[in-house]
Amino acid sequence: MNRGYINRIKDKAFGLVGLIATLFGLLILTFLIGQVFYEGYNRIDLDFIKSLPSRKPEKAGIYTALAGTVWILFLTTIFSLPLGISTGIYLEEYTKKSRFTDLLEINVSNLAGVPSIIYGLLGLEVFGRMLNLGNSLLAGALTLSLLVLPIIIVTTREAIRAVPNSLRMASYGLGASKWQTIWEQILPASMGGILTGVILAISRAVGETAPLLVVGALAYVPFAPSSPLDEFTVLPIQIFNWISRPQHGFSVNAAAAILLLLTITFIMNGVAVYLRNRWQKKHNW
Amino acid sequence: MKSTDYKIKSENVDVYYGDKKALTDINLNIRPNTVTALIGPSGCGKSTFLRVLNRMNDYIDSFSMTGKISIDGEDIYQSKIRVEDLRANVGMVFQKPNPFPKSIFDNVAYGLKIQGMKDKEFIKKRVESALKQAALWSEVKDDLKNPALSLSGGQQQRLCIARALAVNPKVLLMDEPTSALDPISTAKIEELIFNLKEKYTIVIVTHNMQQASRISDYTAFFYMGKLIEFDKTAEIFTHPREEKTQNYITGRFG
Repeated sequence: MNRGYINRIKDKAFGLVGLIATLFGLLILTFLIGQVFYEGYNRIDLDFIKSLPSRKPEKAGIYTALAGTVWILFLTTIFSLPLGISTGIYLEEYTKKSRFTDLLEINVSNLAGVPSIIYGLLGLEVFGRMLNLGNSLLAGALTLSLLVLPIIIVTTREAIRAVPNSLRMASYGLGASKWQTIWEQILPASMGGILTGVILAISRAVGETAPLLVVGALAYVPFAPSSPLDEFTVLPIQIFNWISRPQHGFSVNAAAAILLLLTITFIMNGVAVYLRNRWQKKHNW
Repeated sequence: MKSTDYKIKSENVDVYYGDKKALTDINLNIRPNTVTALIGPSGCGKSTFLRVLNRMNDYIDSFSMTGKISIDGEDIYQSKIRVEDLRANVGMVFQKPNPFPKSIFDNVAYGLKIQGMKDKEFIKKRVESALKQAALWSEVKDDLKNPALSLSGGQQQRLCIARALAVNPKVLLMDEPTSALDPISTAKIEELIFNLKEKYTIVIVTHNMQQASRISDYTAFFYMGKLIEFDKTAEIFTHPREEKTQNYITGRFG
Protein backbone atom coordinates (compact mmCIF):
# COMPACT_ATOMS: atom_id res chain seq x y z
CA MET A 1 0.00 0.00 0.00
CA ASN A 2 1.50 3.36 -0.88
CA ARG A 3 1.33 6.46 1.24
CA GLY A 4 -1.03 8.30 -1.04
CA TYR A 5 -3.60 5.58 -0.54
CA ILE A 6 -3.28 5.68 3.24
CA ASN A 7 -3.58 9.44 3.22
CA ARG A 8 -6.72 9.25 1.17
CA ILE A 9 -8.23 6.79 3.65
CA LYS A 10 -7.29 9.10 6.53
CA ASP A 11 -8.84 12.01 4.68
CA LYS A 12 -12.12 10.17 4.16
CA ALA A 13 -12.15 8.88 7.73
CA PHE A 14 -11.76 12.34 9.18
CA GLY A 15 -14.45 13.66 6.89
CA LEU A 16 -16.77 11.01 8.26
CA VAL A 17 -15.87 11.76 11.90
CA GLY A 18 -16.51 15.45 11.25
CA LEU A 19 -19.87 14.71 9.69
CA ILE A 20 -20.95 12.55 12.63
CA ALA A 21 -19.84 15.19 15.12
CA THR A 22 -21.79 17.85 13.26
CA LEU A 23 -24.92 15.72 12.98
CA PHE A 24 -24.73 14.74 16.65
CA GLY A 25 -25.02 18.33 17.85
CA LEU A 26 -27.56 19.21 15.22
CA LEU A 27 -29.84 16.26 15.93
CA ILE A 28 -29.93 16.84 19.68
CA LEU A 29 -30.64 20.51 19.16
CA THR A 30 -33.40 19.75 16.68
CA PHE A 31 -34.91 17.23 19.06
CA LEU A 32 -34.91 19.71 21.95
CA ILE A 33 -36.38 22.53 19.95
CA GLY A 34 -38.87 20.18 18.37
CA GLN A 35 -40.07 18.99 21.75
CA VAL A 36 -40.42 22.53 23.09
CA PHE A 37 -42.20 23.52 19.92
CA TYR A 38 -44.57 20.56 20.13
CA GLU A 39 -45.44 21.29 23.73
CA GLY A 40 -45.61 25.06 23.68
CA TYR A 41 -46.68 26.17 20.22
CA ASN A 42 -50.42 25.94 20.79
CA ARG A 43 -50.15 27.87 24.04
CA ILE A 44 -48.84 30.98 22.31
CA ASP A 45 -51.56 33.48 21.52
CA LEU A 46 -52.19 37.13 22.16
CA ASP A 47 -53.78 36.36 25.53
CA PHE A 48 -50.67 34.52 26.67
CA ILE A 49 -48.54 37.48 25.77
CA LYS A 50 -50.89 40.06 27.27
CA SER A 51 -51.79 38.29 30.52
CA LEU A 52 -50.27 38.94 33.93
CA PRO A 53 -48.96 36.05 36.03
CA SER A 54 -51.53 33.89 37.81
CA ARG A 55 -51.73 30.89 40.08
CA LYS A 56 -53.81 29.07 37.46
CA PRO A 57 -51.63 27.93 34.54
CA GLU A 58 -54.26 28.49 31.84
CA LYS A 59 -54.79 32.09 32.99
CA ALA A 60 -51.13 32.91 33.51
CA GLY A 61 -49.35 35.00 30.88
CA ILE A 62 -45.93 36.23 30.03
CA TYR A 63 -46.61 39.96 29.98
CA THR A 64 -44.62 41.07 33.04
CA ALA A 65 -41.62 38.93 32.13
CA LEU A 66 -41.66 40.07 28.52
CA ALA A 67 -41.91 43.70 29.61
CA GLY A 68 -39.06 43.12 32.06
CA THR A 69 -36.91 41.59 29.33
CA VAL A 70 -37.57 44.49 26.96
CA TRP A 71 -36.73 46.99 29.72
CA ILE A 72 -33.55 45.11 30.58
CA LEU A 73 -32.60 44.94 26.90
CA PHE A 74 -33.10 48.65 26.48
CA LEU A 75 -31.37 49.77 29.68
CA THR A 76 -28.44 47.39 29.31
CA THR A 77 -27.86 48.64 25.78
CA ILE A 78 -27.83 52.31 26.71
CA PHE A 79 -25.45 51.68 29.61
CA SER A 80 -23.02 49.28 27.99
CA LEU A 81 -22.92 50.48 24.38
CA PRO A 82 -21.36 53.95 24.81
CA LEU A 83 -19.11 52.81 27.64
CA GLY A 84 -17.89 49.70 25.84
CA ILE A 85 -17.31 51.29 22.46
CA SER A 86 -15.56 54.33 23.95
CA THR A 87 -13.31 52.10 26.02
CA GLY A 88 -12.48 49.98 22.98
CA ILE A 89 -11.62 53.05 20.89
CA TYR A 90 -9.54 54.51 23.68
CA LEU A 91 -7.53 51.36 24.27
CA GLU A 92 -6.97 50.77 20.58
CA GLU A 93 -6.33 54.28 19.25
CA TYR A 94 -5.23 56.49 22.12
CA THR A 95 -3.10 54.53 24.57
CA LYS A 96 0.52 53.84 23.89
CA LYS A 97 1.57 50.27 24.42
CA SER A 98 2.95 49.86 27.92
CA ARG A 99 2.96 47.35 30.73
CA PHE A 100 -0.13 49.01 32.11
CA THR A 101 -2.12 48.61 28.88
CA ASP A 102 -0.94 45.00 28.59
CA LEU A 103 -2.25 44.35 32.09
CA LEU A 104 -5.50 46.09 31.20
CA GLU A 105 -5.87 44.04 28.05
CA ILE A 106 -5.36 40.71 29.83
CA ASN A 107 -7.81 41.68 32.53
CA VAL A 108 -10.52 42.79 30.15
CA SER A 109 -10.19 39.53 28.22
CA ASN A 110 -10.32 37.53 31.45
CA LEU A 111 -13.38 39.44 32.65
CA ALA A 112 -15.22 38.23 29.54
CA GLY A 113 -14.83 34.70 30.90
CA VAL A 114 -15.86 35.25 34.52
CA PRO A 115 -18.95 33.18 35.48
CA SER A 116 -22.05 35.33 35.34
CA ILE A 117 -23.12 34.56 38.91
CA ILE A 118 -20.03 36.41 40.15
CA TYR A 119 -21.32 39.52 38.37
CA GLY A 120 -24.66 38.88 40.07
CA LEU A 121 -23.05 38.90 43.51
CA LEU A 122 -21.11 42.04 42.68
CA GLY A 123 -24.28 43.70 41.37
CA LEU A 124 -26.22 42.72 44.48
CA GLU A 125 -23.60 44.27 46.75
CA VAL A 126 -22.73 47.39 44.76
CA PHE A 127 -25.96 48.35 43.01
CA GLY A 128 -28.52 46.61 45.20
CA ARG A 129 -27.15 47.41 48.62
CA MET A 130 -24.53 50.15 48.47
CA LEU A 131 -26.36 52.29 45.92
CA ASN A 132 -29.68 51.24 47.45
CA LEU A 133 -31.27 50.29 44.13
CA GLY A 134 -32.68 47.11 45.71
CA ASN A 135 -34.05 44.60 43.24
CA SER A 136 -35.02 47.21 40.67
CA LEU A 137 -34.68 47.12 36.89
CA LEU A 138 -31.83 49.60 37.22
CA ALA A 139 -29.85 47.26 39.48
CA GLY A 140 -30.46 44.36 37.09
CA ALA A 141 -29.53 46.32 33.96
CA LEU A 142 -26.37 47.73 35.55
CA THR A 143 -25.35 44.22 36.60
CA LEU A 144 -25.89 42.85 33.11
CA SER A 145 -24.00 45.86 31.68
CA LEU A 146 -21.00 44.80 33.75
CA LEU A 147 -21.40 41.33 32.31
CA VAL A 148 -21.48 42.39 28.66
CA LEU A 149 -19.03 45.28 28.89
CA PRO A 150 -15.87 43.14 28.54
CA ILE A 151 -17.34 41.37 25.52
CA ILE A 152 -18.22 44.66 23.85
CA ILE A 153 -14.77 46.09 24.60
CA VAL A 154 -12.99 43.05 23.21
CA THR A 155 -15.08 42.90 20.01
CA THR A 156 -14.77 46.66 19.48
CA ARG A 157 -11.00 46.40 19.74
CA GLU A 158 -10.91 43.48 17.35
CA ALA A 159 -13.09 45.28 14.83
CA ILE A 160 -10.92 48.40 15.03
CA ARG A 161 -7.74 46.37 14.73
CA ALA A 162 -9.07 44.82 11.53
CA VAL A 163 -9.12 48.26 9.87
CA PRO A 164 -5.95 48.40 7.76
CA ASN A 165 -3.34 50.83 9.01
CA SER A 166 -2.98 52.30 5.52
CA LEU A 167 -6.41 53.88 6.00
CA ARG A 168 -5.29 55.66 9.16
CA MET A 169 -2.10 56.84 7.48
CA ALA A 170 -4.04 58.11 4.45
CA SER A 171 -6.29 60.14 6.72
CA TYR A 172 -3.51 61.50 8.92
CA GLY A 173 -1.46 62.24 5.81
CA LEU A 174 -4.17 64.60 4.58
CA GLY A 175 -4.12 66.56 7.82
CA ALA A 176 -6.95 64.86 9.67
CA SER A 177 -6.84 64.94 13.44
CA LYS A 178 -7.09 61.81 15.49
CA TRP A 179 -10.77 62.29 16.21
CA GLN A 180 -11.57 63.05 12.55
CA THR A 181 -9.74 59.90 11.51
CA ILE A 182 -11.65 57.83 14.04
CA TRP A 183 -15.02 59.37 13.21
CA GLU A 184 -14.68 59.56 9.42
CA GLN A 185 -12.69 56.42 8.66
CA ILE A 186 -12.17 53.96 11.48
CA LEU A 187 -15.66 53.87 12.96
CA PRO A 188 -17.50 53.53 9.62
CA ALA A 189 -15.09 50.80 8.56
CA SER A 190 -15.40 48.87 11.81
CA MET A 191 -19.05 49.54 12.64
CA GLY A 192 -20.23 46.23 11.18
CA GLY A 193 -17.92 44.26 13.43
CA ILE A 194 -18.68 46.41 16.45
CA LEU A 195 -22.45 46.15 16.07
CA THR A 196 -22.25 42.41 15.52
CA GLY A 197 -20.33 42.05 18.77
CA VAL A 198 -22.69 44.35 20.64
CA ILE A 199 -25.80 42.51 19.47
CA LEU A 200 -24.36 39.11 20.27
CA ALA A 201 -23.32 40.34 23.72
CA ILE A 202 -26.73 41.83 24.46
CA SER A 203 -28.53 38.75 23.20
CA ARG A 204 -26.44 36.75 25.62
CA ALA A 205 -27.54 39.10 28.38
CA VAL A 206 -31.19 38.53 27.46
CA GLY A 207 -30.80 34.83 28.18
CA GLU A 208 -28.95 35.32 31.48
CA THR A 209 -30.70 34.03 34.58
CA ALA A 210 -28.15 33.60 37.34
CA PRO A 211 -27.00 37.18 37.91
CA LEU A 212 -30.57 38.49 37.87
CA LEU A 213 -31.71 35.83 40.32
CA VAL A 214 -28.99 36.96 42.69
CA VAL A 215 -29.88 40.63 42.24
CA GLY A 216 -33.43 39.66 43.12
CA ALA A 217 -35.50 39.64 39.95
CA LEU A 218 -38.52 38.04 41.54
CA ALA A 219 -40.45 35.42 39.68
CA TYR A 220 -43.77 36.68 40.96
CA VAL A 221 -44.20 40.30 40.02
CA PRO A 222 -47.88 41.07 39.69
CA PHE A 223 -47.50 44.12 37.43
CA ALA A 224 -45.28 45.08 34.56
CA PRO A 225 -42.60 47.60 35.54
CA SER A 226 -43.30 51.18 34.52
CA SER A 227 -40.04 52.84 35.57
CA PRO A 228 -36.40 51.74 35.94
CA LEU A 229 -36.82 51.72 39.72
CA ASP A 230 -39.59 49.10 39.73
CA GLU A 231 -39.24 45.46 40.61
CA PHE A 232 -39.14 43.14 37.65
CA THR A 233 -38.75 39.67 36.31
CA VAL A 234 -37.46 38.45 32.97
CA LEU A 235 -38.30 35.60 30.62
CA PRO A 236 -35.59 33.12 31.71
CA ILE A 237 -36.57 33.52 35.36
CA GLN A 238 -40.24 33.14 34.56
CA ILE A 239 -39.42 29.97 32.64
CA PHE A 240 -37.35 28.65 35.52
CA ASN A 241 -40.17 29.38 37.92
CA TRP A 242 -42.84 27.69 35.82
CA ILE A 243 -40.77 24.61 35.19
CA SER A 244 -40.20 24.09 38.90
CA ARG A 245 -43.96 23.85 39.55
CA PRO A 246 -45.72 20.49 39.68
CA GLN A 247 -48.78 21.20 37.45
CA HIS A 248 -48.44 20.15 33.82
CA GLY A 249 -50.08 23.39 32.65
CA PHE A 250 -47.10 25.37 33.86
CA SER A 251 -44.60 23.29 31.94
CA VAL A 252 -46.65 24.01 28.81
CA ASN A 253 -46.42 27.70 29.68
CA ALA A 254 -42.68 27.31 30.13
CA ALA A 255 -42.34 25.73 26.71
CA ALA A 256 -44.27 28.58 25.14
CA ALA A 257 -42.09 31.14 26.94
CA ILE A 258 -38.97 29.32 25.77
CA LEU A 259 -40.19 29.66 22.19
CA LEU A 260 -40.65 33.40 22.69
CA LEU A 261 -37.20 33.78 24.20
CA LEU A 262 -35.68 31.77 21.37
CA THR A 263 -37.46 33.97 18.85
CA ILE A 264 -36.05 37.12 20.43
CA THR A 265 -32.45 35.86 20.48
CA PHE A 266 -32.86 34.39 17.01
CA ILE A 267 -33.98 37.74 15.62
CA MET A 268 -31.10 39.54 17.33
CA ASN A 269 -28.55 37.09 15.96
CA GLY A 270 -30.14 37.38 12.53
CA VAL A 271 -29.75 41.16 12.63
CA ALA A 272 -26.11 40.70 13.65
CA VAL A 273 -25.42 38.40 10.72
CA TYR A 274 -27.19 40.76 8.35
CA LEU A 275 -25.16 43.75 9.54
CA ARG A 276 -21.91 41.85 9.26
CA ASN A 277 -22.61 40.78 5.70
CA ARG A 278 -23.72 44.24 4.66
CA TRP A 279 -20.62 45.92 6.03
CA GLN A 280 -18.35 43.27 4.61
CA LYS A 281 -19.70 43.93 1.16
CA LYS A 282 -19.23 47.65 1.54
CA HIS A 283 -15.70 47.47 2.88
CA ASN A 284 -13.93 44.94 0.80
CA TRP A 285 -10.19 45.33 0.89
CA MET B 1 21.20 80.89 -3.75
CA LYS B 2 20.46 82.18 -0.28
CA SER B 3 19.91 79.59 2.42
CA THR B 4 16.35 80.82 2.98
CA ASP B 5 15.58 79.94 -0.61
CA TYR B 6 15.53 76.28 0.28
CA LYS B 7 12.09 74.77 0.59
CA ILE B 8 13.11 72.09 3.02
CA LYS B 9 16.13 72.26 5.31
CA SER B 10 17.38 69.41 7.39
CA GLU B 11 20.07 70.18 9.96
CA ASN B 12 21.91 67.52 11.97
CA VAL B 13 18.94 65.20 12.05
CA ASP B 14 19.33 62.03 14.12
CA VAL B 15 16.45 59.57 14.39
CA TYR B 16 16.07 56.70 16.84
CA TYR B 17 13.53 53.91 17.06
CA GLY B 18 13.99 52.96 20.69
CA ASP B 19 17.71 52.24 21.05
CA LYS B 20 18.20 51.70 17.37
CA LYS B 21 19.64 54.59 15.42
CA ALA B 22 17.88 54.92 12.08
CA LEU B 23 19.36 58.19 10.78
CA THR B 24 22.68 59.83 11.60
CA ASP B 25 23.43 63.49 11.15
CA ILE B 26 21.40 64.17 8.03
CA ASN B 27 21.98 67.57 6.44
CA LEU B 28 19.98 67.92 3.28
CA ASN B 29 18.53 71.01 1.66
CA ILE B 30 15.87 70.79 -0.99
CA ARG B 31 15.15 73.53 -3.50
CA PRO B 32 11.61 74.56 -4.43
CA ASN B 33 10.01 73.17 -7.58
CA THR B 34 12.43 70.33 -7.93
CA VAL B 35 12.07 66.59 -7.77
CA THR B 36 14.45 65.01 -5.28
CA ALA B 37 14.88 61.26 -5.33
CA LEU B 38 15.93 59.39 -2.20
CA ILE B 39 17.65 56.14 -3.09
CA GLY B 40 19.47 53.43 -1.20
CA PRO B 41 19.11 49.80 -0.17
CA SER B 42 16.21 48.63 2.04
CA GLY B 43 16.57 49.76 5.63
CA CYS B 44 18.94 52.62 4.77
CA GLY B 45 16.66 55.25 6.31
CA LYS B 46 15.31 56.91 3.17
CA SER B 47 11.65 56.23 4.04
CA THR B 48 12.29 57.29 7.63
CA PHE B 49 13.68 60.57 6.35
CA LEU B 50 10.67 61.07 4.08
CA ARG B 51 8.31 60.50 7.00
CA VAL B 52 10.23 62.93 9.17
CA LEU B 53 9.23 65.67 6.73
CA ASN B 54 5.51 65.48 7.52
CA ARG B 55 5.87 63.98 10.99
CA MET B 56 4.27 60.66 10.11
CA ASN B 57 6.79 58.98 12.42
CA ASP B 58 4.96 60.57 15.34
CA TYR B 59 2.68 57.53 15.28
CA ILE B 60 5.52 55.16 16.08
CA ASP B 61 5.75 54.95 19.86
CA SER B 62 9.50 54.39 20.01
CA PHE B 63 10.36 57.22 17.59
CA SER B 64 12.59 60.06 18.74
CA MET B 65 14.48 62.73 16.86
CA THR B 66 17.10 65.40 17.40
CA GLY B 67 18.17 68.12 15.03
CA LYS B 68 16.03 70.49 13.04
CA ILE B 69 13.74 70.22 10.04
CA SER B 70 12.38 73.42 8.59
CA ILE B 71 9.99 73.97 5.74
CA ASP B 72 9.77 77.51 4.37
CA GLY B 73 12.07 78.57 7.19
CA GLU B 74 9.77 77.28 9.92
CA ASP B 75 10.84 74.54 12.33
CA ILE B 76 8.16 71.89 11.90
CA TYR B 77 8.94 70.14 15.19
CA GLN B 78 8.44 73.15 17.44
CA SER B 79 5.55 72.83 19.82
CA LYS B 80 3.30 75.58 18.44
CA ILE B 81 3.09 73.92 15.02
CA ARG B 82 -0.23 72.18 14.43
CA VAL B 83 0.66 68.88 12.87
CA GLU B 84 -2.66 68.89 10.94
CA ASP B 85 -1.69 72.15 9.20
CA LEU B 86 1.75 70.79 8.44
CA ARG B 87 0.28 67.73 6.73
CA ALA B 88 -2.12 69.80 4.67
CA ASN B 89 0.94 71.68 3.49
CA VAL B 90 3.08 68.60 2.96
CA GLY B 91 1.03 65.96 1.17
CA MET B 92 1.92 62.31 1.04
CA VAL B 93 1.43 59.44 -1.40
CA PHE B 94 2.07 55.95 -0.12
CA GLN B 95 3.63 52.84 -1.54
CA LYS B 96 0.39 50.92 -1.89
CA PRO B 97 -2.59 52.86 -3.23
CA ASN B 98 -4.81 53.42 -0.20
CA PRO B 99 -8.06 55.09 -1.25
CA PHE B 100 -10.79 55.37 1.36
CA PRO B 101 -13.71 52.96 0.94
CA LYS B 102 -15.82 55.87 -0.31
CA SER B 103 -16.73 57.31 -3.69
CA ILE B 104 -14.11 58.81 -6.00
CA PHE B 105 -15.49 62.28 -5.31
CA ASP B 106 -15.50 61.82 -1.53
CA ASN B 107 -11.92 60.61 -1.61
CA VAL B 108 -10.67 63.77 -3.26
CA ALA B 109 -12.96 65.99 -1.20
CA TYR B 110 -11.90 64.41 2.11
CA GLY B 111 -8.99 66.77 2.81
CA LEU B 112 -11.18 69.82 2.26
CA LYS B 113 -14.00 68.37 4.31
CA ILE B 114 -11.81 67.79 7.35
CA GLN B 115 -10.58 71.37 7.07
CA GLY B 116 -14.20 72.39 7.59
CA MET B 117 -14.85 73.52 4.01
CA LYS B 118 -18.62 73.71 3.46
CA ASP B 119 -18.89 75.52 0.10
CA LYS B 120 -20.08 72.77 -2.22
CA GLU B 121 -19.31 74.64 -5.44
CA PHE B 122 -15.78 75.33 -4.29
CA ILE B 123 -15.26 71.68 -3.32
CA LYS B 124 -16.58 70.55 -6.71
CA LYS B 125 -14.20 72.85 -8.56
CA ARG B 126 -11.27 71.81 -6.44
CA VAL B 127 -12.02 68.11 -6.90
CA GLU B 128 -12.18 68.60 -10.65
CA SER B 129 -8.92 70.51 -10.84
CA ALA B 130 -7.14 68.02 -8.57
CA LEU B 131 -8.30 65.12 -10.71
CA LYS B 132 -7.17 66.99 -13.83
CA GLN B 133 -3.75 67.65 -12.32
CA ALA B 134 -3.48 63.95 -11.51
CA ALA B 135 -4.39 63.11 -15.12
CA LEU B 136 -7.39 61.10 -14.00
CA TRP B 137 -10.27 63.42 -14.81
CA SER B 138 -10.99 62.17 -18.32
CA GLU B 139 -11.19 58.59 -17.06
CA VAL B 140 -13.50 59.16 -14.11
CA LYS B 141 -15.48 62.33 -14.79
CA ASP B 142 -18.71 60.41 -15.40
CA ASP B 143 -18.21 58.00 -12.50
CA LEU B 144 -17.42 60.31 -9.62
CA LYS B 145 -20.00 58.55 -7.45
CA ASN B 146 -18.51 55.11 -8.03
CA PRO B 147 -16.53 53.52 -5.22
CA ALA B 148 -12.84 54.35 -5.42
CA LEU B 149 -11.97 50.73 -4.81
CA SER B 150 -13.50 49.80 -8.17
CA LEU B 151 -10.68 51.62 -9.97
CA SER B 152 -7.57 49.82 -11.22
CA GLY B 153 -4.38 49.97 -9.16
CA GLY B 154 -2.80 52.65 -11.33
CA GLN B 155 -5.97 54.74 -11.26
CA GLN B 156 -6.19 54.33 -7.50
CA GLN B 157 -2.66 55.65 -7.11
CA ARG B 158 -3.44 58.68 -9.29
CA LEU B 159 -6.57 59.17 -7.20
CA CYS B 160 -4.37 59.21 -4.10
CA ILE B 161 -2.21 61.86 -5.78
CA ALA B 162 -5.33 63.89 -6.62
CA ARG B 163 -6.51 63.50 -3.04
CA ALA B 164 -3.21 64.92 -1.78
CA LEU B 165 -3.27 67.78 -4.31
CA ALA B 166 -6.84 68.82 -3.47
CA VAL B 167 -5.78 70.47 -0.20
CA ASN B 168 -3.24 72.58 -2.10
CA PRO B 169 0.02 71.46 -0.52
CA LYS B 170 3.41 73.02 -1.25
CA VAL B 171 5.37 69.83 -0.91
CA LEU B 172 4.50 66.34 -2.08
CA LEU B 173 6.16 63.33 -0.50
CA MET B 174 6.01 60.05 -2.38
CA ASP B 175 7.03 56.74 -0.86
CA GLU B 176 7.78 54.36 -3.74
CA PRO B 177 4.55 55.39 -5.46
CA THR B 178 4.93 53.04 -8.41
CA SER B 179 6.36 49.92 -6.80
CA ALA B 180 2.95 48.22 -6.77
CA LEU B 181 2.04 49.22 -10.33
CA ASP B 182 2.48 47.86 -13.84
CA PRO B 183 4.85 49.59 -16.33
CA ILE B 184 2.12 51.54 -18.12
CA SER B 185 0.67 52.96 -14.92
CA THR B 186 4.21 53.67 -13.77
CA ALA B 187 4.96 55.64 -16.93
CA LYS B 188 1.79 57.69 -16.43
CA ILE B 189 2.71 58.54 -12.87
CA GLU B 190 6.27 59.44 -13.82
CA GLU B 191 4.99 61.82 -16.46
CA LEU B 192 2.65 63.25 -13.88
CA ILE B 193 5.47 63.82 -11.40
CA PHE B 194 7.45 65.59 -14.09
CA ASN B 195 4.55 67.97 -14.74
CA LEU B 196 3.72 68.53 -11.08
CA LYS B 197 7.07 70.04 -10.16
CA GLU B 198 6.02 73.30 -11.79
CA LYS B 199 3.76 73.88 -8.81
CA TYR B 200 5.10 71.60 -6.12
CA THR B 201 8.31 70.53 -4.48
CA ILE B 202 8.50 66.77 -4.73
CA VAL B 203 10.50 64.29 -2.69
CA ILE B 204 10.28 60.72 -3.84
CA VAL B 205 11.64 57.49 -2.42
CA THR B 206 12.37 54.92 -5.07
CA HIS B 207 14.09 51.60 -5.47
CA ASN B 208 14.17 51.99 -9.19
CA MET B 209 17.43 53.58 -10.44
CA GLN B 210 16.05 54.28 -13.89
CA GLN B 211 13.09 56.01 -12.35
CA ALA B 212 15.34 58.19 -10.22
CA SER B 213 17.45 59.15 -13.22
CA ARG B 214 14.40 59.80 -15.42
CA ILE B 215 12.33 62.00 -13.18
CA SER B 216 14.50 63.65 -10.55
CA ASP B 217 16.61 66.80 -10.58
CA TYR B 218 18.49 65.89 -7.43
CA THR B 219 19.34 62.54 -5.95
CA ALA B 220 20.27 61.66 -2.38
CA PHE B 221 21.93 58.33 -1.69
CA PHE B 222 21.37 56.90 1.78
CA TYR B 223 23.31 54.02 3.24
CA MET B 224 22.96 52.57 6.73
CA GLY B 225 21.27 55.65 8.12
CA LYS B 226 23.73 58.11 6.65
CA LEU B 227 23.47 60.48 3.74
CA ILE B 228 26.39 59.36 1.60
CA GLU B 229 25.99 61.69 -1.32
CA PHE B 230 23.60 64.38 -2.50
CA ASP B 231 23.91 66.14 -5.83
CA LYS B 232 22.29 66.85 -9.14
CA THR B 233 20.91 63.62 -10.52
CA ALA B 234 23.04 63.85 -13.66
CA GLU B 235 26.16 64.16 -11.52
CA ILE B 236 25.26 61.27 -9.24
CA PHE B 237 24.58 58.93 -12.11
CA THR B 238 27.55 59.88 -14.23
CA HIS B 239 30.27 61.01 -11.82
CA PRO B 240 29.48 59.78 -8.33
CA ARG B 241 32.07 61.01 -5.86
CA GLU B 242 31.71 58.15 -3.43
CA GLU B 243 32.57 54.56 -4.14
CA LYS B 244 29.48 53.32 -2.29
CA THR B 245 27.24 55.38 -4.54
CA GLN B 246 29.02 54.07 -7.59
CA ASN B 247 28.58 50.49 -6.40
CA TYR B 248 24.92 50.96 -5.61
CA ILE B 249 23.83 52.64 -8.81
CA THR B 250 25.67 50.15 -10.92
CA GLY B 251 23.89 47.37 -9.07
CA ARG B 252 26.90 45.84 -7.37
CA PHE B 253 25.01 45.70 -4.04
CA GLY B 254 21.67 46.71 -2.62
